[in-house]
Amino acid sequence: MDIIVCIKQVPDTAAEIVPNADGTAIQTEGIPWVMNPYDEYALEEALRAKERLGGGVTVICLGPQNAVGTLRTAVAMGADNVLHLVDPAFEGSDAHAAARVLAAAVKGLKYDLIWCGKMAVDDACGYVGTALAELLGVPHIAAVVKVETAEGKVTAHRETESGTAVLRCPLPAVLTAEKGLNEPRYPKAIDIMKAKRKEIQAKGAGDLGLAPDSLGAAGSLTRVTKFERPPERGGGTVIEAPVAEAVQRLVAGLREQAKVL
Amino acid sequence: MAGDVLVVAEITGGSMRPVSLELVSEGRRLANTVGSAVAVAVLDEAQAHAQVLGAYGADRIYAMPGAARGPVSAVEALARELEPQVILLPATAAGSDLAAALAARLGAGLAANCISLTADPSGALMQKRPMYAGKVIATVETATGPRVVTARPRVFGLGQPDASRAAEIISRPAPEPSPTEAVVELVELVKAEREELDVAEAEVIVSGGRGLGGPEAFGILRELAGLLNAAVGASRAAVDAGWMPHSHQVGQTGKTVSPRLYVACGISGAIQHLVGMSSSQVIVAINKDPEAPIFTKCDYGIVGDVFEVVPALVEELKRAGVGSD
Repeated sequence: MDIIVCIKQVPDTAAEIVPNADGTAIQTEGIPWVMNPYDEYALEEALRAKERLGGGVTVICLGPQNAVGTLRTAVAMGADNVLHLVDPAFEGSDAHAAARVLAAAVKGLKYDLIWCGKMAVDDACGYVGTALAELLGVPHIAAVVKVETAEGKVTAHRETESGTAVLRCPLPAVLTAEKGLNEPRYPKAIDIMKAKRKEIQAKGAGDLGLAPDSLGAAGSLTRVTKFERPPERGGGTVIEAPVAEAVQRLVAGLREQAKVL
Repeated sequence: MAGDVLVVAEITGGSMRPVSLELVSEGRRLANTVGSAVAVAVLDEAQAHAQVLGAYGADRIYAMPGAARGPVSAVEALARELEPQVILLPATAAGSDLAAALAARLGAGLAANCISLTADPSGALMQKRPMYAGKVIATVETATGPRVVTARPRVFGLGQPDASRAAEIISRPAPEPSPTEAVVELVELVKAEREELDVAEAEVIVSGGRGLGGPEAFGILRELAGLLNAAVGASRAAVDAGWMPHSHQVGQTGKTVSPRLYVACGISGAIQHLVGMSSSQVIVAINKDPEAPIFTKCDYGIVGDVFEVVPALVEELKRAGVGSD
C-alpha cells in the first residue's frame, strides 16, 4: 500500500495571533510553528497502515523555507520520503491554487491512497483535500474518524449531525482526517536526531510544469483584503456570594437582565 | 450583481435542517440589496418545505428528488444552468463537503464558515470569516462569480417570515452522479445511541471541562441541560481524557458555536476553547479557580465547586419554574 500524505505547517494552536498594524497580514514574529493537527492524524493513520500492510509513506508539504522543520517531524514519525514544494511563485496562493500545486506534485507518483487533514487550523477552509480528489479524478471521503482497507476498497466512518455515516469506495481515493481517528505518536529522540540528516527533496513551479499565472495571487480565486481582531468580549459580573444566593442572582440576571431564560 | 442567490437546503430523513431557513433569510437580505432573486435547491421532494421556504424569502425552489445520490453533480448542474452570483450552503458535515467539491468543479472561490456577507453596489461581496479558529476575522473577496459560501448554524439570524409569500416549485430530474461520486456507497448510517442535540445547532449549551474530574460528572450537567433544553458540550481536555466523544467538543479542534446561552462548568478557558464559544450571546462560567481565564470572557461568573453550584442551580431553576412548561 503506497500512501501519500499532504501536510501543512501552521501556528501552534496555543499561539496568540494578531493582525499587523495595517491589517494586511498577521504578525508572524515569534510564532511557534507545528504540523497542522489534522495532518498529524492523517500521517499517523498512514504510518499505521504501512506498518500493517507494508508499502511506503510519502509526505508532501507545500510551504515556505521554514516548513522544512515540519517535514523533519514527519520523517522522525516514520515517513519514508518527503517532498517540499517551495518556490516564491507559490506565495500568496489561496486554497484553490494550493490544491493545483499539490495535484501537479502527486501526478506521476504511485499511490493507492492520499491522506490530508480535514482542514488546516490557520485558514480553516477545509477545501484542499476534496479539491485534490476532484483535480485527480478520484473519489474522496472527508472528515474520517475510522478507516479500514480491504480488497482494493476503503471503508471509512464520518460523523454527521444525524449519526455516523459508513462509506465505502474503491482505491485510489483521497481521505481527510478528523480528530478522533487516532492518537498520533511522539517521535523518539533518536529518530528526531536521524531526521536532521535526511535529505529533503524540493520542487518548484518549473519542476512541476506549472505556469506562473496558475500560482500565487494570480492563480487564486479568493483574496483576503483585511485581517482584523474579533470584537473584544469583556469580563462580566462575578457573583460573590454563598452558593444559594449566587445561583439565585444568576437565574434572576439571566431572566431579567439578559433575557435568555 | 446580477444572477440569483442560490441556497442549498439540507434535508435529512425528510425534515429540513433549521440552518436552511437561516441561509434563505440571509440570501433574501442579500438579494434585496442587489436586486436579484433567491433560488433554493432541494435535493429531494420539495412540496412539504415549499411554504416555509417561500415565507422566509425563496422565489423559486428547484426540486430534485433522488439527487441525494449525487449531490455535487446535482448542484453543479443547477449552478451551470442558473449562473448564480452566490451559492450559500450550510457548514454542516454534508454541506461543508458539498461546498468544497462544488467549488472545485466550478472553479469557484470558496469562503467557508462566513459570519457576515456585505454586497456593495460595485458588485463586490465582502465575506467575513474567522481564521486561526476565530483569533482573527478575515475579509475575503472572490474575484468572479459564482462565489461558494458556507455558514454555520445560528450565525445568520432568521428573517421575518411572510406567510403570504409563495415560491414557485420547479422540478428538475437529478443528473447522473459523476463517476467519482457514483463509486462512493453509503454502507450504513449509525444513529447515536442517545438522541442528543448537536452543539452546533443548539440554542443553549451546557459544557464541561477538566474541572469535572471524570465522565460521571457529566451526569449532573445532563440534568441541567435537560432543564434548559440544552446540548452538552465539552472542552478539549474532557474529550482528550475520553470523558466525552469528540462530536461534543467546542473549540479550535472541535466545533465553533453561537448559542443564546453558554454555561461553562469546570472549564478554565484555554484560548483554543474561548475562540470556539466567544460568539455566544450570553456566557456563564462556573469554576473553582477565581483566576481562570474563562472569567475574563463571561457575562456571569460564579467562583465555586461545580459539584455544589450546578445542583444548586438546577434546584433554583426548578424553583423558578424553568423547564416545567
